[in-house]
Amino acid sequence: MILSDAEWQAVELSLKVSTLAVICSLPLGILMAWILVRCDFPGKALLDSVIHLPLVLPPVVVGYLLLVAMGRRGFIGEWLYQWFGFSFAFSWRGAALASAVVAFPLMVRAIRLALEAVDTRLEQAARTLGAGRWRVFFTITLPLTLPGIIVGTVLGFARSLGEFGATITFVSNIPGETRTLPLAMYTLIETPGAEGAAARLCVIAVVLALASLLVSEWLARWGRKRLGA
Amino acid sequence: MLELNFSQQLGNHQLTINQQLPAKGITAIFGVSGAGKTSLINAISGLTQPQQGSIRLNGRVLSDANSGVNLPPEKRRVGYVFQDARLFPHYRVRGNLQYGMAKSMQPQFDSLVQLLGIEPLLTRFPWSLSGGEKQRVAIGRALLSAPEILLLDEPLASLDIPRKRELLPYLQKLAQQVDIPLLYVSHSLDEILQLADNVLVLDEGKVKAFGALEQVWGSSAMRPWLPRAEQSSVLRVQVLEQHPHYQMTAVSLGDQHIWVSRLELPLKTPLRIRIQSADVSLVLQPPVNSSIRNVLPARVVELLEIEGQVEVRLQIGHRELWARITPWARDELAIKPGMWLYAQIKSVSITP
Repeated sequence: MILSDAEWQAVELSLKVSTLAVICSLPLGILMAWILVRCDFPGKALLDSVIHLPLVLPPVVVGYLLLVAMGRRGFIGEWLYQWFGFSFAFSWRGAALASAVVAFPLMVRAIRLALEAVDTRLEQAARTLGAGRWRVFFTITLPLTLPGIIVGTVLGFARSLGEFGATITFVSNIPGETRTLPLAMYTLIETPGAEGAAARLCVIAVVLALASLLVSEWLARWGRKRLGA
Repeated sequence: MLELNFSQQLGNHQLTINQQLPAKGITAIFGVSGAGKTSLINAISGLTQPQQGSIRLNGRVLSDANSGVNLPPEKRRVGYVFQDARLFPHYRVRGNLQYGMAKSMQPQFDSLVQLLGIEPLLTRFPWSLSGGEKQRVAIGRALLSAPEILLLDEPLASLDIPRKRELLPYLQKLAQQVDIPLLYVSHSLDEILQLADNVLVLDEGKVKAFGALEQVWGSSAMRPWLPRAEQSSVLRVQVLEQHPHYQMTAVSLGDQHIWVSRLELPLKTPLRIRIQSADVSLVLQPPVNSSIRNVLPARVVELLEIEGQVEVRLQIGHRELWARITPWARDELAIKPGMWLYAQIKSVSITP
C-alpha cells in the first residue's frame, strides 16, 4: 500500500464523515431551498439569515455553539443522551454534524438557484395532466433541479472534506475517531521533523479535491444532457 | 355540457360569464388581448379560482364558491394545450405523451400518434422539435389524459405562417375524430373561420355574443370587431348541382342558389362559403346583360356606418348577407331598412 495506516485512517475517516454529512443534510437542504423559493411567510428573511450564518461565522464559533448545544452537557445533547443513549461528543458522528452545519448554506444556495429557474408553468401543465402535488414534485420539480442538487452536493462534500475549525472545537482531535485529513495535517505540522509526512498528506488532499471536482463536472454534464440543454 | 356561471376579478375589470357551452364540436372563444379569454379557460382548468359562482362539467361540480368546492386541476379531467406547448424538457416525446396517459387511452395511443403525425418524433427530446411539432405533441399529451373537454389557448399564435398551415389540417382532422368538446381560444378570425362551429365573443370580461359561427359572424355585435379586410359574411350552404357545360357548381342558399367555381363534391355536401362585403354591390333593378352571375333579390335589414363606409345587412330568405357601399351610393339610391333590392355577388370563397 502506498499510504501508511495513519494516512489511510485519516482519508477513510474524512470520506466517511463527509459522505454522511452530505447524505443527511441533502433532504433538509432541498426542503429549505424549496421553502425559501416557493413559500412566503413572516420571518422568511430571518430563516434565510440563520441558514447562512455558518457561512459568515468563524468556524470556531460554530464549533463552540455546537459544543454548548450538542455536547454531552449541552442542552440538546444531554437530552439526546438520556433518551436515546446517543451522543455527538468526541465521536466521528460529531465531526459529521460539524461538517454538515458548515456546508449546509453552500448546499442550500446552489439548490435554491436551480429551483428558482424551474418554470412553474411546467408544473401547472403537469397538474392539468392529472398529476397531484407530490407526483409533480418528484417527476417535474426535482428532476429539473437536479443540476443544482448535484452542484450543491459536491460543494457541500468539498467543504466537509476541508472542515477544520468547527470540528476541532466540537469533537477535538482524536486519532481514528475525529482526526480527519485537515486535522491530521495540522497535527503533523505541529510535530517537529514530520515535514515529509505533511507533504504526503498535502498531495493526498489535492488529489481528493481534484477527483471530487472532476466527478462534479462529469455529473453536471450528464445532468445537462438529461435536461436536453 | 359545460355550464359556466361565475365572476372573477382580473386586474381592472371583471370577468362575468353565464353561459352553457355545447358538449360537442369546437367552440371558439374570441376577443382582443385582455378580453379575459385565457382567464376564462384558466378558471375552467382550475389554475385560478373564481371569486363567485360555479363551473360544472357534464353535471360534475368543478368549482362552486358558495359551497366552497374547488377541485384541484388534476381532479378535473380538463385537458389544456398551452400557447407555449410546455413540454417537459427532461422527457422524450414518448415520455411526454405518456405522462398523464389514462389506462382507457392506452389502446388509442398508436392511432392518435398517427393522426397527429408524431410517430417519427417519439424518441426525440422537446428541444429538437419545431414549434408546430411541439404543439402536436402537446395536443396528443392532453388528449391521452382522457379529458372530458379540451382547452386550447391560441395554439397557433406563437407559430410562423408555414407552421400554422402545417398544424391547421391536424386540428381540423382532430375536431372530426374526437368526440369531446374543444374550447379554442383565439384572436385570429381566420383560424376561427376554419375551425369553429360555435363562437363566444368576449369583450372586457363580458360575453358579447354566443352562437353558431354563421349567426355570430353575421350579427351586428360582431361588425365593429372585424377589421376591414375581414368584413364578410359566412354562410352554410349545400352543393346543389353541377353546370352541364361550364366549370361551375351551384350551391343552395335558402331558396336561392349561388354559382361558384367548380367543386368536385357530391350533391348535398354541406360546406361553408365566405363572401367579402366589398364583393357585394347593390342595384335597385335586376341588371340586364351583366357579367355577374349571382344576382339575388334581398331585403335591407339595417345600415351601419363603420369607418366612413356603410355596411348593409341584407336578408335573403332566412339568411343574411353583408354588403359594403359608400355613403354617397346610400344617399343616391336612398337605401333604407325594409327596402327590396338586388345584391350582386362578385366572388365567393370556399372555407372548409
